Amino acid sequence: MSQSAPERVIAPGGRAAGTTPRGQAVKFTVLFALAILFLLPMYVLFVTGFKPFAEATAARAWSPPQVWSLEGWETAWTALAPGMRNSILVAVPSAVISAVLGSMNGFVMARWRFPGADTVFTLFLFGMFIPYQAVMIPLQQMLVSAGLMGGLFPLILAHTVYGIPICTLIFRNYYASIPPTLIEAARVDGAGMLRTYASVVLPVSAPAFAVTLIWQFTSAWNDFLFAVFLTGPNSWPVTVQLNNVAGSMVVPYNQQMAAAVLASLPTLIVYLVLGRYFMRGLMAGALKG
Amino acid sequence: MSTAQNPSGVAHGDPGPTSAPARPPRGRRALHRARTWLPGLLLVSPSILLIGVFVYGMIGWNTRLALSDKHAPVQEGEFVGFVNFVALWQEARWPAAVANAVVFTVVFVGGALFLGWLLGLLLDKGIRGEPVFRTLFLAPMAVSFIATGVVWRWLMNPAPAERATGLNALFVHFNLDFLVNDWWTAPDFGMAAMALPAIWQLAGYIMALFLAGFRGVPEDLREAARVDGCSEWGVYRHVVMPQLRPVLLSAVIILGHMSLKVFDLIIAIAGQQIVADVPAVYMWAMVFEVRDPAKGATIASYLLFAVALFVIPYLVWTVRKERSEGR
Repeated sequence: MSQSAPERVIAPGGRAAGTTPRGQAVKFTVLFALAILFLLPMYVLFVTGFKPFAEATAARAWSPPQVWSLEGWETAWTALAPGMRNSILVAVPSAVISAVLGSMNGFVMARWRFPGADTVFTLFLFGMFIPYQAVMIPLQQMLVSAGLMGGLFPLILAHTVYGIPICTLIFRNYYASIPPTLIEAARVDGAGMLRTYASVVLPVSAPAFAVTLIWQFTSAWNDFLFAVFLTGPNSWPVTVQLNNVAGSMVVPYNQQMAAAVLASLPTLIVYLVLGRYFMRGLMAGALKG
Repeated sequence: MSTAQNPSGVAHGDPGPTSAPARPPRGRRALHRARTWLPGLLLVSPSILLIGVFVYGMIGWNTRLALSDKHAPVQEGEFVGFVNFVALWQEARWPAAVANAVVFTVVFVGGALFLGWLLGLLLDKGIRGEPVFRTLFLAPMAVSFIATGVVWRWLMNPAPAERATGLNALFVHFNLDFLVNDWWTAPDFGMAAMALPAIWQLAGYIMALFLAGFRGVPEDLREAARVDGCSEWGVYRHVVMPQLRPVLLSAVIILGHMSLKVFDLIIAIAGQQIVADVPAVYMWAMVFEVRDPAKGATIASYLLFAVALFVIPYLVWTVRKERSEGR
């Protein structure tokens, strides 16, 4: 399992043939130009967010603010705070539960296999790719008739259940790198499955937990589809509230942009601080471990 | 238990004691093996139950709805066969939504693949500031489609030049007036503009996939080609790229399945304006505005079918290949 491949920084062979100084300069220039293009939306977000209401106009669209103001941020924060709270209350428990389930599944499917494990695994994986629209109407109906709609529970349930496939995949690929002899040794020593899992597998699982927790937190935080189908005004997560703020024509741009930044900050910070683990999750999403 | 008749079926990848010197009778052996794998099955069973109910059960329920005439939430709903599936094509909105999704998919998948590949290629050999570039190009992946939509709706504001914001204003400022356009509100190819934010968001991911792929190609393979007189570009074309077909396939699957069910981005940029209608938005309207469960379920079934058509072969192929490589 090439867990380390994606984040390898140094190219194999270093600066081998074909990297003349001129070639390097051309490549750097192209990359730099593309980086500017990539930064444009981010520039707009930050700069517009700091403009006072009077400056958030078409005429000054691209200019930096003449007066730096926090007014956009304050209003945006007031509008988004309940949504941020809801998002945390949904994303954290569902990340933890699906990571735990994924760890158990991954262990069994990599190192304690049962007949038909591959079929079950494939069926799980399909759950990762389905358009959630295909389960949404029944899910909604079921939650309504069970009287569970209204709070945050529906969203926690959805993110937990539909997060199981990717968590299983990440842990399975991770555990496949544990030498079978290690498991075998525990077995010979008379350890049952749970003992083997707890004493051999769990102690080395921290990196995979980091990957799945981050992945699950990010996808639950950024989700909009489940949120619009399964929550009401009191339980709207931050994405729905951001869309409400931005979707209304009366909200000035400085507030819209500030709201978009605020709603993105938690996941962006996770990405910047724990980028390594974020990357691994992305790679697993491509079934590439 | 079928394993009693066919114990060899159990041995598949089973790390259990398969080559015990003194062979006990068949039935006992199977029983012994079952004792080793049964706890595993038990440990996975909560997840099997959840996935069984919430993925496959719900899909089944949804299919039944789609095949019924439950056109109002209170209605009972009788089985009517494929009536709803046929009826969709006879209206104006559905084919238009499908056409929009196709234009979006082609531009988005093509654009993200090309840009991601280009970025990967430029970064492959290592360049000054590589970590900064990588972090920047990948950063949009950490953000929601809604947040992306908020800023791109501003960037792609179609207002006429004199009160233009966003990119149009930038074009006017640099005397590039011919570039000023209606963006996603253009009737024919507005969906191509709609794909731009999606490309911005996903290109970095594709870059990361290709970069990992490029660097997974052994250096001696490249070196051998160079010795044979290949130019550096020839090395990529004839040695590296052919090795990257699996990466390309994964990238197409990821982008394709995201693209077909695109929803958040459209809602954030266009709301429910019909010019940017796609199946997922149509389905949402059926549930919340028209309140027609059967029709909503029919659209959802089409979405599932479109995704399943290429995801299932891909999954079966991946798991089999892995198994045959002995993982």
